This record gives sequence, structure tokens and C-alpha cells, in this order.
Amino acid sequence: MDLLERAPIELKSWFLNLLGSFGVPQGILSVLSAVIIIGTVIGVFLGLFALMSVMERKILARAQNRYGPNRVGFFRWRLFGLFQPVADGIKMITKEDLVPRTSDRAVHFLAPVVMMIPALLVLAILPYGRDMVPAELDAGILYFFAVGAGTEVAVFMAGWASNNKYSVLGAMRAIAQMISYEIPLVMAAIIAAMISGSLSPSAIVAAQGGFAWGFVPQWFVLTPWGFTAGLLFYIAALAESNRSPFDLPEGESELVAGHLTEYSGFKYATFFMAEYIGMFAVCGLLVTLFLGGWQAPLPFLTIIPSWCWFFGKVCFVAFTMVWVRATLPRLRIDHMLAFAWKFLLPMSFAAFLSAACWHYAGRGPLAWLLSLAIVGIPYLILGTAFTNRFAISRRTYQFSE
Amino acid sequence: MSTSANTATISPGGMGVPPVCGAGSASPANLQTGGTPVLPERNQTIDVSLGPQHPSTHGVFRMNVTLDGETVTKLQPVFGYLHRNHEKIAEGNSWLAAMPYTDRLDYICPLTNNWAYALAVEKLAGIEVAERAEYIRVITAELTRLQNHTVFLGFILGDMGAWGSALMYAFREREKILDLFESLTGARMMCNYMRFGGCRCDLPAGWIQSARKLVDGFPAFLDEMEALLTGNEILLARLQGIAPLTAERAINGGLSGPCLRASGVDYDIRKVENYGVYNRFKFRVPRGSTGDCYDRFMIRVLEARESVEILKQAIAGIPEGPIVNPKAKQRGFRPPAGEAYGRIEGPKGELGFYLISNGSDRPYRFRIRPPSLINLTLLEELSIGTKIADVMVILGSIDIVLGEVDR
Repeated sequence: MDLLERAPIELKSWFLNLLGSFGVPQGILSVLSAVIIIGTVIGVFLGLFALMSVMERKILARAQNRYGPNRVGFFRWRLFGLFQPVADGIKMITKEDLVPRTSDRAVHFLAPVVMMIPALLVLAILPYGRDMVPAELDAGILYFFAVGAGTEVAVFMAGWASNNKYSVLGAMRAIAQMISYEIPLVMAAIIAAMISGSLSPSAIVAAQGGFAWGFVPQWFVLTPWGFTAGLLFYIAALAESNRSPFDLPEGESELVAGHLTEYSGFKYATFFMAEYIGMFAVCGLLVTLFLGGWQAPLPFLTIIPSWCWFFGKVCFVAFTMVWVRATLPRLRIDHMLAFAWKFLLPMSFAAFLSAACWHYAGRGPLAWLLSLAIVGIPYLILGTAFTNRFAISRRTYQFSE
Repeated sequence: MSTSANTATISPGGMGVPPVCGAGSASPANLQTGGTPVLPERNQTIDVSLGPQHPSTHGVFRMNVTLDGETVTKLQPVFGYLHRNHEKIAEGNSWLAAMPYTDRLDYICPLTNNWAYALAVEKLAGIEVAERAEYIRVITAELTRLQNHTVFLGFILGDMGAWGSALMYAFREREKILDLFESLTGARMMCNYMRFGGCRCDLPAGWIQSARKLVDGFPAFLDEMEALLTGNEILLARLQGIAPLTAERAINGGLSGPCLRASGVDYDIRKVENYGVYNRFKFRVPRGSTGDCYDRFMIRVLEARESVEILKQAIAGIPEGPIVNPKAKQRGFRPPAGEAYGRIEGPKGELGFYLISNGSDRPYRFRIRPPSLINLTLLEELSIGTKIADVMVILGSIDIVLGEVDR
């Protein structure tokens, strides 16, 4: 089992040693080592994206009492339609790339590129397994948000350059949404960093290691403050990756496709890919910060390799995002902004306070109860106030005979 | 949102800048030194043409919307893209030949369209309707109402951005009703079933049993749908308080059907006119109080429940007998000269046919009162001041079918 656990690392060093024995100089080998890591990470995530694009449709279809794509296979093997992404890819690449005559051509071309780069760059700091961090940064979390913020520019570039009214409206929504939800997102991440005492993702995962009483994992999500912060992070992550119910920037029923309206062919595919990889990255960060990263949930399950646990958890979080998409209607722009500023932000402060109290009260059962009270009371107050704001009520109706 | 000049809105192609004092300061030097560049004066609002090709206009319908940020300040509905010259074609054909055309009016509910036309002709020519046919008409019309309201629930969720889930569940139930229509009339949507004085063909064997099974199972579906939808706070926030309509305004606007009753007006043509055999059935008419989108939404759910009650009674009480009045002539039918207006309570509102006969074999004048079009006339009034996302929900809550709006 240990072999499987270390398989990716061993495979890489075996390959490099082999090349070294042929007399390849050390400088080239270290460059090659980086290239292998980058290629593997990008390859794995592109594969995940391809799988996700078909699985999302199949899961949605199941939720909606349909079959979903199940036709495209390999010659005479149908394989549950798993070759759908290949067909989609061929279609996207061979499609004509339409650029509106009045658009800003340079910016229109650059927007998908600018979207794609941060989505790939942030993958560098995620710990995919034990000793498997492509770039071990002390301020990895900071790096993630600093680089990840670049996607907001890309969305606005796309909306602006298209010179289409739907696109501009979508871009305006995207800016308002992403900036608003960035704050609870970062606040939630800060809480996890604060308790671990480090901004390094590996240290945060290490802080969640071990088992209380021999079998309860010490993931942050299992504490009241961690559950709150994790949930806040999850909601903000939905908004950051423009997923339903926060898919306002491309709100199909109003804005046709928002900032993507004027994109076709491979540029559209790039946007699509970047959004999904961004979604995986933010799911990966959620797993790292709150769901124990690559750690197994129970002691005897550690026989399964750590990187399997990481990707399993990421896929689970991504699955819940699809589930949410199949379930909820879209929020309205003012509701969405009010939700970010009047509910998520105060709640993230409460979780912050709760985490601090949990730490200083000794992290025991008493601390657990104290931190539950500190997040529970604001939740009740804010929830009631927020519901009252919209004057939501059940109504009774009169009947005439 | 105010319409003041400082509102930061954008028109494509240039930033919406606050008005600049001293228009003479626009010079290259000024731009270089960081002074405020003077751009040509631009609108602070943005005009968007939603449609005719748009995901949620329910067909080829267009709205020219003026937006201030996200708020709608002006809305002009544009329709006619689906105009098929229905009325004039009907005037050029025999009386019976207009029947299949009525299927295409509100293509979600062909059978009520058939009935409204048959009713108008029967009124014009004074034809008695066979007893059994009257029951079949009630059963098919109420099944039509069930499927219309079911599909409505799915469509309005789609307008709110719940991608397909509610719609697919609604379509599952609708499919069962369409199967019944198919076994009865041979067509799922283009039924062409009613005839003057009765119906085209009798119920096939076992039809009543399958209809009873469907009707008995329907409340469970409605319970499930209602629990899933009305328990969702996003949905409540999106519907409640949006575009309220007073009873007085609804009456003045000529609204009918669920939209009118949502505003609290107790007006159901099944009760007012007592056409067909509706007076033999016991049912209630639900009405709302505020007339907002949520009331329009809920009235449909409640009406569907009442339809189930009517169906149960009608299925239990259906008599044996001829399916069509033997004295009524179908081919070569020449009603006496005169005019008549026949109307029924369609699923979307008052569906009326105004017919003038000059004694010949074709209508002299054939005029339809389409509930979708007349309910749609208040769209602008309802939409102004709401957000762009609400406009889609308001349009969905009015429940239009473009085949009927444009004819």
C-alpha cells in the first residue's frame, strides 16, 4: 500500500534517475522534473474537466428524470456515453470562431486566455497527497486568492470586448458578485489559517491530522466554527465560480449567456474549461482548508492512497455543486448582494470569533459548546432578520363556491 | 435606483461618466495631464431588445426594454412574429374546417380551444349537445387545465433559472395526460376532437379507467410539487411582492382567468355562464389577495386541485348515449344568418369566439378573443420598476402562448 501511496513520486524519480544514468545533465533534469509535475497536474485536471462535463450532464439528467448523454462511445462500445467530451471537443475545435464586427478584437481574444491562466496557476499550491505539493509556498493561501482574483478581470474583459448588451450586463453582474463574495471566501479561509497558524496549505492539512479518541478525524469541518466557515466558503465558492444558484453573470433566462454570449468555438471551450478547472481548484481549497485535505476519514481507511482521498473529496464537493444546480432557482441580483453583505459577511465574523474562542478555551468539549453558541446565536438572529427583510410568508387563499 | 445623472451605468462602447462641467476643457493636453476627459454625452440607460430569439420569452416574442442598471424603466412588448392569419383563413374555409386551426391557437391546450369554437357555433345555430359529449368535453377540458397548470409550474421555474428540474417533473405528468389525449383523439397536441353538437369519436375501451387512475394519482404529484416549490425561500423571495396588481386595475385591464382571480376578483366563467354541464359539479374557485406573482403562481396550483375534484365527479357520472347530436350537420353545415359570441373558461382565461354568419357555408366574420394577448397587455405596467430578472418571472406568471397571442 505504501507503494501505491508513493507511486506518483516514485515513478517520477525512477524516470529522472533513468535519464540521469544516460548522462543527462542535472540542470535539464530539474527542469524536466518541474515539467513532469506541471504536465501531470494539468493533465489530471483536464481529465477531470472532461469527466465532469459529461458527469454533470448525467447527474443533472438523473435528477431530472432523464437519461442524459449515453450515446457517444468508442466504435461499437458505447461505454455509458463517456466519450461525449471527445465529441464535444472535436465540435468545439472545428466550429467557426465568430467575432462580432464591432468588438474589441484583441481584448476579445485575450479574455479566455486571461481566464485560463489563473485557473491553472492556482493549482500549484494544492496538496494533492502526502508530500505531493507542486509548489510548497509558505503563503500558499494568499497566493491562491491573489492569483485567483485575475478571473474577475477576464470576465469583465469578455463582457466589455464583446460589445453586446447582454455581455455588458453580465460582466457588471459578475464584477459585483465576485467582489462581494470574495470577502466571505477570504474570511472563511483566514479562519482556517488562523487556527492552523500558517498560510501554507500543507501545514493546514497537517493541523487537521490525527484522530480524536482513535477514530474521530480532526477535520475543521467537524467543529462548529469550522462547519460554519466551511459552509460560508462553499456558498462563496459557488458564487465565485458562477455556479447555480449564483449563475447570474450568465443567467440564461435573462441574459442569454451573459459575458459568454458572443463567444463561440474554441474560445468558448476555453472559457468553459477555465470555469470548470477554477471550480475544481476552489473545491480543492475547500477540501484542504476544512475537509482534512488528503487525510482519510477513519484510521483503517489510510490504506487507500492519500491522493485518492483528495480527489475523491474534490469530486464529492463538485457533485454537491451539480446537485445544487439541479435543485435551486437563481437568486436575483439585489437578493444576492444583500445575502453576501448582510448575511455571509456578519456570519463570517461570527465564525472568526467562534474559532478564536474555541482555541483559547482549550479546544475541548466545553470549547466546542462555546463556539457553537457563538455561531448559533448570530445565525438565528441574522436568519430571522434576513427572512423578514423579504417579507416571505406562507399565505392562505379564499375560495368561493 | 434613482435616475440621477450620477448613477454609474454603462452603455456599450463607452463608460457612463458623470456629466462634466466646462465642456471646453477637452484637449489632448488635458487628457495627458490627467484632467477629466470629456466624452460625448451618453445615455445613462441601456436599451436592450429581449427577443424574438431569447431563452425565456416563451416563443417568438420581443420586449424592448430600457434599463437603468438592472431596473426596468420602460418596456415595450412587440409581438406578431407568429402571425398566421388564422382568422382570415377561417373565413375562407367551411365552418368545420376551422376546427383543426383552433388547435394551433394555444397549442398547449387544444381541446379547450376546440370547445370554445364548437360552443360558439352551437350558440349561433342553436344546436343541442349530446349529453355524453358534454361530459367528455368537461373531462377533456379539465385534463387540459391540469396539464396547462402543470406545465406552467415547470416553465415559471425555468424562468427563475431552476434549470429544467421542475419542468421535467411537470412534463412527466403532462405526458400521461397527453397519452390519454392520444388514445382518445389520435393526436397528442393537435387533437381536432370537438364537433358541432358533440365530439368526433367515443371513448376507447378502458379510457375511463386510465383517466380515473391518473386523476386519483394527481393530487400526490401536486402535493410533491407544492412542497418542493413553496418551501423554497429563493422561490418565495423571487415571487412574493413582485408586480402586485389591484383588483380594480385587473378588471380595467380586461384580465381574465387565473391572473384576474389572483387579484381577488371572483370571476370564473364556468360559474358565471354555466356552460356545458358545469352546474352539475361541485367545485370551488380560489382567489388571491395581492395579485403578485406568487398569487398568480399559487392560484394555478389550487385550480389544478379543483380540476381534480371536477374530474372525479365527471368520470363517476358520465352517462351512456350518442356521442354527437344526430340532428347536427357537420359537412355542408350552413348556420342561419346571425351572430354569436361563445366563451369558455380556458386554462389561461376567457377564450371567446365571435362569429357572424350570413347563411353561407363559411363564416362571414371569425374573431377570437385570446386570453394570452389581453392578459399580456398589462406586462409593461407590471414590469416597470422591477429588475430585469423579474420581467421574465412576470411574463411567466401571466402564462402566455405565442400561438394564441399572434394567431
